[in-house]
Amino acid sequence: MHNILETKGRIFDIQRYSIHDGPGIRTIVFLKGCALRCRWCCNPESQSFEPQNMFFGGKNELVGEDVTVGEVLKTVQKDIFYYRRSGGGVTLSGGEAMLQPDFANDLLEACHMAGINTCIETTGIAKWEVIERFLGNLDYVLMDIKHMNNEKHLEYTKQPNTKIIEHAIKIAAAGADLTIRTPVIPGFNDNVEDIEDIAKFVKLLPGEHHLHLLPYHRLGEDKYAGLNRDYFYKGIPPMDTERMKVLLDAAKRVGIEAQIGG
Amino acid sequence: MKQFDTTDLPVKPRIKKLIADLFEKLPEIEADRAVLLTQSYKQTENLPIIKRRALAFYNICENIPITIRDMELVVGSATKAPRGCQVFPEYSYEWLEAEFDTVEKREADPFYISEETKAKLKEVYPYWKNKTTSELATAYMAPEARLAIEHNMFTPGNYFYNGIGHFTVDYGKIIKIGYRGLMEETAAELSKLNIFDADYIRRKEFLESVIICCDAATIYAKRYAALAKDMADSCPDPERKAELLTISKNCKKAPEYGATSFYEACQCFWFIQMLLQVESSGHSISPGRFDQYMYPYYKADMDKGILTREFAQELTDCIWVKLNDLNKCRDAASAEGFAGYSLFQNLCAGGQTEDGLDATNDMSFICIQASMHTRLPAPSFSVRVWNGTPNIFMIKCAELTRTGIGLPAYYNDEVIIPALMSRGATLQEARGYNIIGCVEPQVPHKTDGWHDAAFFNMCRPLELVFSNGMDKGVQVGLKTGDVTKFNTFDQFLNAYKLQMQYFIQLLVNADNAIDCAHADRCPLPFQSAMIDDCITKGKSLQEGGAKYNFTGPQGFGIANVADSLYAIKTLVYDEKKVTISQYKDALMNNFGKGYTKKAISNMLKEAAEHLSAQGKPVTKEILNDMFEALRDNTLCTDAEKAAYDKLLSLIDDVPKYGNDIEEVDMFARNSAYIYTRELEKYKNPRGGMYQAGLYPVSANVPLGEQTGATPDGRLANTPVADGVGPFSGKDKFGPTAATNSVSVLDHAIASNGTLYNQKFHPSALAGLSGLQSFADYIRAYFDRKGMHMQFNVVSRETLLDAQAHPDQYKSLVVRVAGYSALFTTLSKSLQDDIINRTEQTFGM
Repeated sequence: MHNILETKGRIFDIQRYSIHDGPGIRTIVFLKGCALRCRWCCNPESQSFEPQNMFFGGKNELVGEDVTVGEVLKTVQKDIFYYRRSGGGVTLSGGEAMLQPDFANDLLEACHMAGINTCIETTGIAKWEVIERFLGNLDYVLMDIKHMNNEKHLEYTKQPNTKIIEHAIKIAAAGADLTIRTPVIPGFNDNVEDIEDIAKFVKLLPGEHHLHLLPYHRLGEDKYAGLNRDYFYKGIPPMDTERMKVLLDAAKRVGIEAQIGG
Repeated sequence: MKQFDTTDLPVKPRIKKLIADLFEKLPEIEADRAVLLTQSYKQTENLPIIKRRALAFYNICENIPITIRDMELVVGSATKAPRGCQVFPEYSYEWLEAEFDTVEKREADPFYISEETKAKLKEVYPYWKNKTTSELATAYMAPEARLAIEHNMFTPGNYFYNGIGHFTVDYGKIIKIGYRGLMEETAAELSKLNIFDADYIRRKEFLESVIICCDAATIYAKRYAALAKDMADSCPDPERKAELLTISKNCKKAPEYGATSFYEACQCFWFIQMLLQVESSGHSISPGRFDQYMYPYYKADMDKGILTREFAQELTDCIWVKLNDLNKCRDAASAEGFAGYSLFQNLCAGGQTEDGLDATNDMSFICIQASMHTRLPAPSFSVRVWNGTPNIFMIKCAELTRTGIGLPAYYNDEVIIPALMSRGATLQEARGYNIIGCVEPQVPHKTDGWHDAAFFNMCRPLELVFSNGMDKGVQVGLKTGDVTKFNTFDQFLNAYKLQMQYFIQLLVNADNAIDCAHADRCPLPFQSAMIDDCITKGKSLQEGGAKYNFTGPQGFGIANVADSLYAIKTLVYDEKKVTISQYKDALMNNFGKGYTKKAISNMLKEAAEHLSAQGKPVTKEILNDMFEALRDNTLCTDAEKAAYDKLLSLIDDVPKYGNDIEEVDMFARNSAYIYTRELEKYKNPRGGMYQAGLYPVSANVPLGEQTGATPDGRLANTPVADGVGPFSGKDKFGPTAATNSVSVLDHAIASNGTLYNQKFHPSALAGLSGLQSFADYIRAYFDRKGMHMQFNVVSRETLLDAQAHPDQYKSLVVRVAGYSALFTTLSKSLQDDIINRTEQTFGM
């Protein structure tokens, strides 16, 4: 039997005191590597599986670090008092955490053994067999549905949405505590029809599920410069609060619980 | 589960007007008290000091001008002008005389003073020559201690120049039985004395003095009753007329006979609180558990249907405003250390009853609402948190925090109760604790805590390790040996411990000298009358009349000392990357950096004095050359500067306190013990022990200006670390990591209080879930045995300042949905986004 604490994976950040990614006070572990290439991605350094140089905060940094489950657990455990008080825990994010299935699963299992609540933020792009393996180790799932239109999805994320939609249904059917999140992106899905489509989909999912609308922000912009990449949304202002309220109302009218922000 | 009425009440126009009137003008210094005090003193020279104090208090109460301000419901003002202050020449007066012409223009806490007032004060001042507590304290003090003070090793200036304050009297008892009740109790005690008792004379004098003071307070209140009546008679507005008649009735009855309604209790409370601040100039006279002793009156009136929650709120708001009507003028240097005109009247809500049940009640929520309504510096509003504190109370407190006024401060019952018991309090007493001044816990109306006895700068003895005890050419500290000959870290650490011990002993000498001076020259019968066991012991607080006596000087700079010691151990002795000589050289040259403008001007002043003392000419050219050399540090060569920069970068890479690194945090814990454990060994003249606090109020800035470069890379004359928190900008992993580090310190041993400030962006408290996470965060820190926490929720102004001065805000984390970042690492345009967003998230 292998020691799960020794399983290795590649991460690019650990962020403590996060209160917007799952219930309570949480620590987010960002795993490196993603299958999607969303134009608005606020963590562009998360996309490649390879370590890379990024100039950020006045320093040149190597992004991407190989770590063991035990090492990550050591940091995650530091805030256990805060999790207990707030019903928080660990959230795996990325990149796409499910694309490092052995490491991510072992990390979740190790957290469970330490009495820590677990959550994942996922695109749902992994194979169903892989996703199924995760469900037993997760207390809460945050999954993105970015667009119901396949062509639009493909154009803006470089991946079709067919599998993603299928997986959302299967995750819900498996009885997981699932919340759907939609990044609201100017010119992509920031209109009532697109949001309504997503809301209708959420309503049709087996069980009751909430929808979180996450307004586009441009806090990742500096990172694109740091990676010598062009930023698709250069000069585009963040989502207008009033506009977000209109979209929220549209989602709620469909008859689901919805909110702005995580 | 108890249920509370927590619906928000709107603020009444009256409160807004009272606040506007209060802050209309610069506060003013008035001479009436000083004149009446001196007049009485001149007539009582043949009497014992305790009685002279009582008679002087009587003379003041009987004759000081009284005033009822427009629209007030709770009356009693120590000065004619709003926010004015009286003068207390019995403690010290020379500083004010010297500052007559500058006090109005100084940067910290300016006061207006009229020519007429100056003239009156000049007339009484000659009488006080050689009669003040400060002069006697100086005479009592050992020369080494005076030298150490001159060299800013520690500063006991607070009690040296002023009254002591820092106590909570038995408000509940006086509100209930009135000053007549107290007088009768005292008379009964007096009748028990036998004229042949050994201590008969002192007891008799004290008890008679108490009776005089009770009488004085009653007379003072009745003068207000008469004034209100007169004003009512000539008031054309029927509504105000009725209010004035009620005020008159309240003043006539309640202070003398005790209160029977909530409104009377409010008026009674206020006379106690303000008269205490007429008797002496001590600050931190703290109302304590206001929600506990006021609740029975609130409940009874509500049950009877004669009080509405709205009116109870309005009266409480009025008291909150009145607490800001009191003021105090300090000397220029102290004013910087206590910046903000604060009197630190600490008022407490929540916690446990003496029986260990949850004490939260409807008045607790009215208190929170009053701070929301008034948004003023006073009272210093504290809340007690224990495992049984209702969540709704925490949420309401978090809402108050979110307003950005820095209130309330949160205190942990689970640490403070055992800490007080370790100092001798019973379980019941400890459960009834409240906070004094800034952060000092104590058993109310049984304690003379001397809580703010001195600032002790823990960085200064470290400097003296490098100079073998020399400071500015004078042997101030011990000769602990040539630092460059220390071959092990233990040798170095031991030298630091010896310097610390030496200065702690001098501090004790200085504080005890001041303590004796207060007992000899300013015993205070009025406040003593309301603190146990003064009446049964028959002596004043200043002579040891309280049940519990402490002296609590506070050490500060833990983070700098811990980071410094850890850097020296790592770089010099473990990794041998630099020699201790190189380190010493870098410190003496401020790491090759220039000095601050203020530091240079001080240095030039000293240099000029030296030159002229030696009979050498002091020309503008010489001074100018020196100025430039100091500013640019041209005395160092480029090669030296490069070496210093390299050292700074090595230091930068050494782990620092505040990042949740066990080894470093344990270093901080042990560094704090060098102060806290040593201090516990000493006793004060009132028969009590010394206990440490760990906090600098705002003195980390002015006293940092007097501190040379430190081995943690902190430059000369810059602020030292605030409270028990990490050094500014050194914590890089967010609030939980910093808080975990702070919780590694032993808070319980610092039973005089610890202070932990944190900065939050309002978005972190947005919505109910934000408030809940925030409340949970505090609870988790308290689970880890943290003692105190308070928050700056950064405003738009702060963010703008951070944009302008990024160096000072390196650790400021801003959180926006799904993403967080160090504010200063973001580009200007993104920072602007966040600044604009701040206002929006604020009210969510």
